Amino acid sequence: MDFELSPEQEQLRDNIARLMKDRYGFEARKGYQASPHGWSEALWRDYAEMGLLGAPFAEADGGYGGGAVETMIVMEQFGRALALEPYHQSVVLCGALIRHGASEKQRADLIGAIAAGELRLSFAQMERQSGYDLNDVGASAVKDGNGGFTLSGEKTLVGQGDSADKFIVCARVSGARRDREGVGLFLVDADAAGVSRRGYPTQDGQRAAEISFAGVRVAPHDVLGPPDGALPIIERAIDETIAALAAEAVGAMSEALAMTVEYFKTRKQFGVAIGSFQALQHRASDMVVALEQARSMMYLAAMMAAEDDAAERARTMSAVKAQIGRSAKFIGEQAVQMHGGIAMTYEYKLGHLFKRLTMIDAAYGDADLHVRRLADRGSLFA
Amino acid sequence: MDLRLTEDELAFRAEVRAFVRDSLPASIREKTVAGKHLAKDDYVRWTRILAARGWSAPHWPQEWGGAGLSPIKQAIFLDETQRGSAPELIAFGVSMVGPVIYTFGSRAQKERFLPRIIDLTDWWCQGFSEPGAGSDLASLRTTARCDADNWVISGQKTWTTMAQYADWIFVLARTNAQAKKQEGISFFLVDMKTPGITVKPIQTIDGGHEVNEVFFDDVRVPPDALVGEENKGWDYAKFLLANERNGIARVGVSKARLDRVRQLAAISVYGSGPKIEDPFFRAKLAEVEVELKALEMTQMRVISAPRTGKPDPASSVLKIKGSEIQQATTDLLMEVVGPYALPYRDPDDMSNEPPVGPDWAAPLAPIYFNNRKVSIYGGSNEIQRSIIAKAILGL
Repeated sequence: MDFELSPEQEQLRDNIARLMKDRYGFEARKGYQASPHGWSEALWRDYAEMGLLGAPFAEADGGYGGGAVETMIVMEQFGRALALEPYHQSVVLCGALIRHGASEKQRADLIGAIAAGELRLSFAQMERQSGYDLNDVGASAVKDGNGGFTLSGEKTLVGQGDSADKFIVCARVSGARRDREGVGLFLVDADAAGVSRRGYPTQDGQRAAEISFAGVRVAPHDVLGPPDGALPIIERAIDETIAALAAEAVGAMSEALAMTVEYFKTRKQFGVAIGSFQALQHRASDMVVALEQARSMMYLAAMMAAEDDAAERARTMSAVKAQIGRSAKFIGEQAVQMHGGIAMTYEYKLGHLFKRLTMIDAAYGDADLHVRRLADRGSLFA
Repeated sequence: MDLRLTEDELAFRAEVRAFVRDSLPASIREKTVAGKHLAKDDYVRWTRILAARGWSAPHWPQEWGGAGLSPIKQAIFLDETQRGSAPELIAFGVSMVGPVIYTFGSRAQKERFLPRIIDLTDWWCQGFSEPGAGSDLASLRTTARCDADNWVISGQKTWTTMAQYADWIFVLARTNAQAKKQEGISFFLVDMKTPGITVKPIQTIDGGHEVNEVFFDDVRVPPDALVGEENKGWDYAKFLLANERNGIARVGVSKARLDRVRQLAAISVYGSGPKIEDPFFRAKLAEVEVELKALEMTQMRVISAPRTGKPDPASSVLKIKGSEIQQATTDLLMEVVGPYALPYRDPDDMSNEPPVGPDWAAPLAPIYFNNRKVSIYGGSNEIQRSIIAKAILGL
């Protein structure tokens, strides 16, 4: 067993860490958040130049041939800095849908543009009634008789949906609303006729959109994967995204703990640094335990992200998401409490780490939901 | 980064698993699975079966009869033997005093003691804690003074696990009352048959007899009872504790106990049906499994990191989480047994009265009560939190 990064991976980590340190101070982040997209286009170009945007794609498709470990490295650093750019949506999530679902021609068309920073995608998946159930798809895709489809329906909470150039939309081709069969994936330009969107800010400083598709024409070459059986592709992409979010959460938790320990050493009350109080020390130690457990699950997730056995992969990701959710809530709440009033202010970074951690738990099934799934699937140690 | 086991490690795991399956006597396995107390002979018998295979000292160098296993293989060995419900090796000999002797002992001490630890000819116990020296171990007051070339030990040790079976005890005693408290302590090897030693049982809340008080009343031991240098005993004790990181999390023990929880939860005892059909219970079980899965990875991260010979503060993470999970598994046992946790039977009760309730129920409440110890012994979890605060967080 080897938990060491390769020299190239260490260099990747160090390069991103340096970029974040130079360009992603919390004051700078406020500026990016206030810009038109709600994130930095200049940094997006830098990520493209560093190869981050093509990292998870095969070299033959115009990517850099990285895997889940490279994604983990990138996301952990983004988590520390609370980076706002749509990496998770565009590169990790939509990237996975494309890698597992797209034809060779589609990959040729899309991946080079994504890697170059010229194309950003969001996954329009969730609907008002669906909650976390990926099979619950009410939006419809009706065959147009020419090999294409006509899309209709409403999608909600689409991450970074207001700045995306294209959507990958999941819609139902056949069957009842909650059937596992009959779900397809469709590529739609954001400015296509019949698409309307309303963007808004989210609790974690990012943005999302409500998107409406009213009779949107989808050409045959924009159907991604089997039009009546794309659910396994979606589940696989979400599993990979959970692995990436685990790393983002570990980054944010590490930063929250580091800020807390730093505050312990500098904040004085009763004439001494508050870190000298055992009541606080022991709680910080419990944060270390929670963080190490989460970090272990981050590694496990990176190892299992490429697992072909869907049931085994899903079970592992449920365990990962549950642990990440529990650790994130504990560390986030403890960090706020032990900072005291300063953590309650909007201008200070810590509260925003807490908010991002809270929203990571709420994404793709919270800890309780994944525990419930595990409870119905037998022992993790079978 | 590659978190898979190598071919060689996978083969070793299969080999240990098969060995435990085929060589562990059924009578011993049944007792361990049910949570009943093992007799001294059970431990000796299993240790000798392992010794014949060359596995009774997994981490010792081969020079001294050990298996010389890599840290990963040691973890695999522990996991497989624990999950296979084999008795544990008696840690006081093989994990504690053995490495101290082969690292700091004289040639004569090595040749005399090490072969007798390997096959459990000598059963060792640990003379560290005292009535006034628990978490603050360095304040211990047992003394050893020089008298006509001999050492004379006086004082009292307590919480001495399985001293009633022990042939030898390793003792920390104060040899310099003037020095700073950590610097006046020496490390002795003492024959339990030496005149002046008295062992008194302590009955624990589960009713069992695991621990003892050991009294030293002017116990005269020869000069070669001293390990290494006089007044360096604290260093050897710290070394001994640094060896604990492999095994401290007791992942295999918790896995085996969760196996038992699932086995018993599938039995229908009460009108409400098998416990495993209760979704709330299953969710709690799943929560514990998630933590255990994470702990298993945390343990692998810690043991695959290079060894420094110093206490590793990451061991404190393993100790805290490992003990919390062990206790959580015993909570689940209590839920499974429900109202039939109630009847108490004294372990010394040899009557032929049948047990009240299901025959598997009787050991479960004692296991729960007994396991409160795991967050207390070996440096309480509060001590571990202080270690993390100081050594990892720099507070």
